[in-house]
Amino acid sequence: MMIEIRFHGRGGQGAVTAANILAEGAFLEGKYVQAFPFFGVERRGAPVTAFTRIDEKPIRIKTQIYEPDVVVVLDPSLLDTVDVTAGLKEGGMVIVNTEKTKEEVLEKLKKKPAKLTLVDATTIALEILGLPITNTSILGAVAKATGIVKIESVEEAIKETFSGELGEKNAKAAREAFEKTVVYEL
Amino acid sequence: MPKKVISGNYAAAYATKHARVEVVAAYPITPQTSIIEKIAEFIANGEVENLEYVPVESEHSAMAACIGASATGARTFTATSAQGLALMHEMLHWAAGARLPVVMVDVNRAMAPPWSVWDDQTDSLAQRDTGWLQFYAENNQEVYDGVLMAFKIGEHEKVNLPVMIIESAFILSHTYDVVDMLEQEEVDEFLPPRKPLYSLTDFDNPFSIGALGTPADYYEFRYKIAKAMEEAKKIIKEVGKEFGEKFGRDYSQMIELYKTDDADIVFMGMGSLMGTVKEAVDILRSEGYKVGAAKVRWFRPFPREELYELAKSVQGIAVLDRNFSFGQEGILFNEAKGILYNTDAKPIMKNYIVGLGGRDLTVNDVRKIANNMKKIIEKGELDKEIDWYHLKR
Repeated sequence: MMIEIRFHGRGGQGAVTAANILAEGAFLEGKYVQAFPFFGVERRGAPVTAFTRIDEKPIRIKTQIYEPDVVVVLDPSLLDTVDVTAGLKEGGMVIVNTEKTKEEVLEKLKKKPAKLTLVDATTIALEILGLPITNTSILGAVAKATGIVKIESVEEAIKETFSGELGEKNAKAAREAFEKTVVYEL
Repeated sequence: MPKKVISGNYAAAYATKHARVEVVAAYPITPQTSIIEKIAEFIANGEVENLEYVPVESEHSAMAACIGASATGARTFTATSAQGLALMHEMLHWAAGARLPVVMVDVNRAMAPPWSVWDDQTDSLAQRDTGWLQFYAENNQEVYDGVLMAFKIGEHEKVNLPVMIIESAFILSHTYDVVDMLEQEEVDEFLPPRKPLYSLTDFDNPFSIGALGTPADYYEFRYKIAKAMEEAKKIIKEVGKEFGEKFGRDYSQMIELYKTDDADIVFMGMGSLMGTVKEAVDILRSEGYKVGAAKVRWFRPFPREELYELAKSVQGIAVLDRNFSFGQEGILFNEAKGILYNTDAKPIMKNYIVGLGGRDLTVNDVRKIANNMKKIIEKGELDKEIDWYHLKR
């Protein structure tokens, strides 16, 4: 079964890189993958969408993802301006970087997902990286909540993407988020 | 070399590295830029030897530099998109006329205005009469394989013509996908160093290119290019077959047929949109439709014979053109229809104008087109010949 993931972030937060690293992680486990940005004109701070497809067989489809299995929100302020659940499949999951509660987040979602996953990735990123760039920490939550990829594969893919100390720190942020992620079955 | 998750543009760049390209002259333009950035990175990291990168001030100059380099016998590469390709136009004729096997990747991008950076085939198809071979890639793997084969085909002594490998803006150029690359030794064995028929630096055998062709001679020069293009079909099939035998990916068919054997309706098109169409064919077949796909890999030279064989066996062909010739119709439709006129193959043919400027063609769109074609075949007549399918009404 193909799994389709849509990332919502803001320009500069690394949503596109998150989509690529997730694909790389799944690829390391022998899966076929595809990762791409919404082909817009990127500007820092503007809403950005990126996509990852993961499958057991080669992926031929070349369209955007309209009915995702999983939605990942890197910036909680997007919940106020973007319908992040648009097209979300029945039984689908939403993963949000936020310090808010389950109830507070659910209130902002137009559609109730089957699973809601929360992690305060910004605090983790600030503590470990010293920057509010949440693309690597959020992937720890993706690994925990979906089981699509192992956290070890995410760590390896991060270290392939960022070399040296930067890679180590980002992998640590993902692991930390993995530990702190809370998954709610709804 | 193991499989790697890379973009279409990086696939192109790696192919130039493995092909041991000797000269690159290019000018950046979105969405092509990451090809030449990656090549520059190979040079900066010392990953390539004997590669001269010529920075230029325009695409016109880029192609001029490539022409000069290729005339010395060097294996030469460039890449561009849209307005950049249009600016090269004069020099494209020059490269083909001088019989220089330059290889270029064109990242299909819509022509402005209005400004667009998204996928559209009109930029490359507007160069169809320049004497370049044209290959349209469906995915990143085909970008990589296509660039390697392009050098072998273009440099073949019976061809000696430039080759354009075409990939979709963003849908391939910036999409990360699994690419199975070859070992350097495998490429070296498949693609030995270029053996130019003539070289400007062969001072013992001086010659000139691009001299005056009077009415007494020009005509024959043109005929020779026409003949080389015909000959190229044979070489394309040979090289495509060899590639398949050696590396497991067969390119011996200039039109790739997908489940067309018992199909009543065939979707015909080029490039990345055919990936979605193949996916749609499987879904539609599971719903009872008798459909197939025909992906035109090589637009120049055009595989007339393969098109005829296909057309004989099907009731309807839906031609999906991500391009348009104003005052006429979709360019692939126009050519395919023309080729069949003097044959006994007369399937119903309809032209769907799709995906211009990066508009998505989805599986559901393909289903709607299949339903429309089914109705047309049942009735035995076209509702209209040219369908601006996505038009907001």
